[in-house]
Parts: sequence; C-alpha cells; structure tokens
Amino acid sequence: MAEEDFLLNLLWMTALILAALAFLSLYRVIFGPTSYDRLLGVNLISSMVTVIIVILAIRFQRRIYMDVALVYALLSFIGVIALAKYLRAGIR
Amino acid sequence: MIASFLLLLGLFFMIFGVVGVLKFPDIYTRLQASTKCGVTGVISIFFGLIIQQGFSAFSVRIFFILVFVLITTPVASHIIAQAAYESGVEPWRKPLDNFREKKR
Repeated sequence: MAEEDFLLNLLWMTALILAALAFLSLYRVIFGPTSYDRLLGVNLISSMVTVIIVILAIRFQRRIYMDVALVYALLSFIGVIALAKYLRAGIR
Repeated sequence: MIASFLLLLGLFFMIFGVVGVLKFPDIYTRLQASTKCGVTGVISIFFGLIIQQGFSAFSVRIFFILVFVLITTPVASHIIAQAAYESGVEPWRKPLDNFREKKR
C-alpha cells in the first residue's frame, strides 16, 4: 500500500516537473534567434504535453484521454512539418 | 520499483535535454539535444507507466502512442534541420583565439 502511494505521488511529481520544463523551453520559443529555434521549442513542448496527458489519463483512469494524447501528438507533428515546409518555401 | 526507477530516469533525460536546448549555441546542436533526450525520456516514462499498469487497455494505448512518437520525432527533427540548412543558417564554429594566433 505504501508503494502504491509512493507511485501516485511520483506520477504527480513527474507531471509537475514536466510542466515546469515546458515553461523553461518556452524561453527558446520567445527569444529564439531564428524561427527554426522557435519551431524546435514548440516540438519539445508538444512532446512533453503528450506525456503529461498520458500521466493524467492514468491518474484519473479515463480511457478517452489516451485518444486525446494520440491526436495531440499527430496534430503537433503535422503542424511542425507544415511550418517547416512553409518557412523553406518562403526563402526560395 | 522498476516503474519508479524508469520514471525518474525519464525525468533525468528530459531535464538534461532542456538544459541542452537552453545552453547550446546553435540550431543543429540544439536539435541534437532536443531530439535525443526528448525521445529517450518519453520512451523511459512510457515504459515505466506500462510496467506499472500491467497488461490492460491503458498499456496497449500507451504502446501505440510510444510507437507513434518513436516514428514522428526523428522525422520532425530531420525536416527542421533540412529547412534550416537550406535557408542558410550557418553552423556554429569555435571562435578563433586571436591572442594565441599573434603569439606564434
């Protein structure tokens, strides 16, 4: 029983630290020298948010949050690729 | 026990990936830190959660998300690096040491 409590606390702690890390990498999005640095920061933040959603789904035992996490990962991937293509086409 | 160890390992990788993204001097080195540490941290955390859950509906979905992240993150990193290189972002070089050059 004590180990279960420890694991639940560890899940909360992991989600909180990941949120703090996402805020830290927001620095790269705001002050990035080039626009590709900003894109990189958005990519890192979206992967962290996916992990946070999965952790919350397990914590609250909601199965539908998993689908939300999957769709979020898919949309962030498509968004990053579309922005990279857009920036590259603007240079040419 | 193993689950908590894997969660802490993933947090460790994530923290050092963010430190690399904040401290490295160049887009390419930052991409290196972001992608490697991000993917390794996500894999560790997801495997920790799978081991904690056992075989259930949650662990199967976590496994699908894990495979998806494993495919898409290197592709996104490659495309960002390619776009940066083609639009002419210079790779970082170590600055020349003028004092040592003059001394010779």
